Amino acid sequence: MRIGIDVGGTNTDAVLIAGRHDEDVRVVAAVKTPTTEDVTTGVLTAIGELLADAPDGFERAEITAVMIGTTHFTNAVVEARRLTPTAVVRLGLPATTALPPLTGWPARLRTAVGDRWYLCHGGYEYDGSQLSTLDPDELRRAAADLAAAGVRSVAVSSVFAPVNGTMEDEAAELLRDEVPELRVSCSHEFGRIGLLERENATVLNAALVDLADELVDALTGALADAGITAPLLLSQNDGTLMDVEYGRRIPAATFASGPTNSMRGAGFLSGVADCAVIDVGGTTTDIGVLVGGFPRETTSTTDVAGIRTNWRMPDVLSLGIGGGSLVRHFSDGEKTTVGPDSVGFALPSRGLVFGGDTLTLTDVAVAAGLTRVGTTTALVRRFDQARARAVLAATAERIADAVDRMRTSPGPLPVVLVGGGSVVLPDTLPGLPDVRRPEHADVANAIGAAIAKVGGELDRVVPIADGTRVRVLTELKAEAVARAEAAGARPGSVEIVEIDEVPLAYLPGGATRVRVKAVGDLDLDRVQAPVSRQVGVSCA
Amino acid sequence: MREIDVADLDDIARGAGILGTGGGGDPYLGRLLAEAAITRHGPVTLVAVDEVPADAVVVPVSMLGAPTVGTEKLPNGTETLAALRALEQARGISATHLVAIEIGGMNSLVPLALAAETGLPVVDGDAMGRAFPEAQMVLPTLAGIPASPMAVADDKGNTLTVNAVSNLWAERIARAACVATGCSVYTADTVMTGAQLPDGLVAGTLTLAARLGAAVRTARADHANPITAVTDLAGGVHLITGKVTDVHRTTTGGFGRGGATIVGTDAELRLSFQNEYLLATRHDEVLATTPDLICVLETDTGEPVTTEALRYGNRVTVLGLPCDPRWTTPAGLELVGPRYFGYDCDYRGLPR
Repeated sequence: MRIGIDVGGTNTDAVLIAGRHDEDVRVVAAVKTPTTEDVTTGVLTAIGELLADAPDGFERAEITAVMIGTTHFTNAVVEARRLTPTAVVRLGLPATTALPPLTGWPARLRTAVGDRWYLCHGGYEYDGSQLSTLDPDELRRAAADLAAAGVRSVAVSSVFAPVNGTMEDEAAELLRDEVPELRVSCSHEFGRIGLLERENATVLNAALVDLADELVDALTGALADAGITAPLLLSQNDGTLMDVEYGRRIPAATFASGPTNSMRGAGFLSGVADCAVIDVGGTTTDIGVLVGGFPRETTSTTDVAGIRTNWRMPDVLSLGIGGGSLVRHFSDGEKTTVGPDSVGFALPSRGLVFGGDTLTLTDVAVAAGLTRVGTTTALVRRFDQARARAVLAATAERIADAVDRMRTSPGPLPVVLVGGGSVVLPDTLPGLPDVRRPEHADVANAIGAAIAKVGGELDRVVPIADGTRVRVLTELKAEAVARAEAAGARPGSVEIVEIDEVPLAYLPGGATRVRVKAVGDLDLDRVQAPVSRQVGVSCA
Repeated sequence: MREIDVADLDDIARGAGILGTGGGGDPYLGRLLAEAAITRHGPVTLVAVDEVPADAVVVPVSMLGAPTVGTEKLPNGTETLAALRALEQARGISATHLVAIEIGGMNSLVPLALAAETGLPVVDGDAMGRAFPEAQMVLPTLAGIPASPMAVADDKGNTLTVNAVSNLWAERIARAACVATGCSVYTADTVMTGAQLPDGLVAGTLTLAARLGAAVRTARADHANPITAVTDLAGGVHLITGKVTDVHRTTTGGFGRGGATIVGTDAELRLSFQNEYLLATRHDEVLATTPDLICVLETDTGEPVTTEALRYGNRVTVLGLPCDPRWTTPAGLELVGPRYFGYDCDYRGLPR
């Protein structure tokens, strides 16, 4: 049995799942509780309720793993609070000085992380040759300076680290030799080409390491207190898991894990690996596409709290349509509008059908006879039903059009509806005849956390000369598989789920940027049990 | 004469993306460089072609190489100045003005950074009126103005002065040096006097880029149609509005080549591209070809879509904008017409 938990902004959802493999997985129990500011209390409450809901005779010892997805770290960045004083060490001299680290950062966040950077020698050219040689003395001077300034965490970035991460590792070692307690984040763990954007993601990660320790310690302590000895794993934003030691090092891997878990859960519940997922909440509708059971990732840059990053993120299109969307001009002859503003979480008190005073999309759905919720349903039942249906049809058309934009091929695309607001949508959408509403859709995100896999990926610029393509791709795939296994995937279960080749403009020699991603099942026999620093309990 | 300040760069970058016809590199990097330089040294003076004295010494500066490499191996910041100084030394001149070699993509912004640093004014214009992939594809080549000596500078402090027998050879040698030093160099070349500018430049294109960028921005803010805002300003022909239903890319001989199909409500358009969009056809009928500008814009936002970013499902509008008339002369077409890029068709003017 596994426990999957998703800590969202409003609710903490938890599920108890039986079965070791995807084929025989089923939901045994599911609960929803309010999220608490400290995360841990809400998680404990959810686990308590979940265990109370479990079938008779269920023992805590039957739990093999606890998977948790959280938006805690994104919130910390957005609020610029509890960030670790961080320095950036960039290996790129004599290049890169024109645009130093933290270029383009909002002043508030720049200050919050300490606004300290060092430009050093090192880095590679696009073909893997050295841009310049690493200078140990230069790094030692930087280490002494940053230690004197009280910096405890460092982001190391090198030019073309995605091609070769060796110099970053060497620099990290040198810095730690000088300052043993120093936490170091290296940009090659953040994948993609584009120095500033990759460096930015690395700095955000480095600034979150103290918070990561705090959260991991609190969660492992809480699980121990709850009598759960199973290992704890955290959700990453690509639908894969990390153990807590990795989580302490790479907290930024949790960014946007919420939509990812929700999409993966929806795909799992409906049994379709290739589909669009429409998650209708109170204020927005998030649309994403699953390819082979994994969210398609965005190929462009993504802003995190106003900072441009190229860290992998699910490609999600958000529309200002939700169950709580304000509906205006419903019956005064003017063109009816829906959203983008919403009563949001106040729907259960402000919607007409709940005795409130605001006409929302949920009220219109009730008026159209699409659903029956609330206590004063009779009131809106007197509304013009044809008009209500027309408003909903127009809304469905907007959402269907957005789904169509997310397509990557003209073939049939099943659609899976999840989220509390999905009652405002009809059972078929224009151009999308195959619409599914799976059971347990309200806890799809927690299920997504529970069924997450283990992955490995790489992003490189490689020369592909005529006739060498197959050999080069085979080597890269093998490396991605090895990375997944090293990350804890069961050997033999790993498969390549994504491969993307883009020939680069204006580059000779067949230079091609290749991204490969491999995933496999979590090898439960190899997962390390958590070691809580607070309670000092080590569990076998 | 007017000033270009940091607040103008966003519009220029967007407009340069539109005029880049899918190539020229992401203007984002050029914008950051210009922003850093202007923040540090103050705004740049922009002068019109007819304001430049006949004896002025005007120097184009640009980046040569792979834009993707440029975003990873960021410049040192001294490259453009080193190239300029090397060129001045080789020719025994002192530059009085800077100018863009191309208006499409990031090279529209490269001279602004150097202008802020040196205090030299920038001439409002460029040597292509769009973006092209090779250094000899400039109006000065048609006017018999040599690219040589061409000064090349890299991030390490190396400089090279190329004295080539033709502009094509200058391109080949500079490209080889570029590859050898890591695929991202900056060049200063093709010195022109003020008197030569009418022959060597398309006038007013920096202002055009700024106005295009501003038109798209304000159209969006006013919930107006950003595509109409572009055509109202730049003229041109609407070729199709639709959805990308197919994109394929291949690499042959080191050049990315590709094609895309765009399906509209009652028509279909086929695009052929290399680094830039070069050909638009409908059922074997050629509708638009290089050197006219084939611009692909996101239908909703008016943002330019580069050939590298074009994906299945994009909702786009394709516009054909007329190129500078000197490109459609026999000599111009030999340099940048469809046959030069390997397409078996002749240039055809845009439909009316």
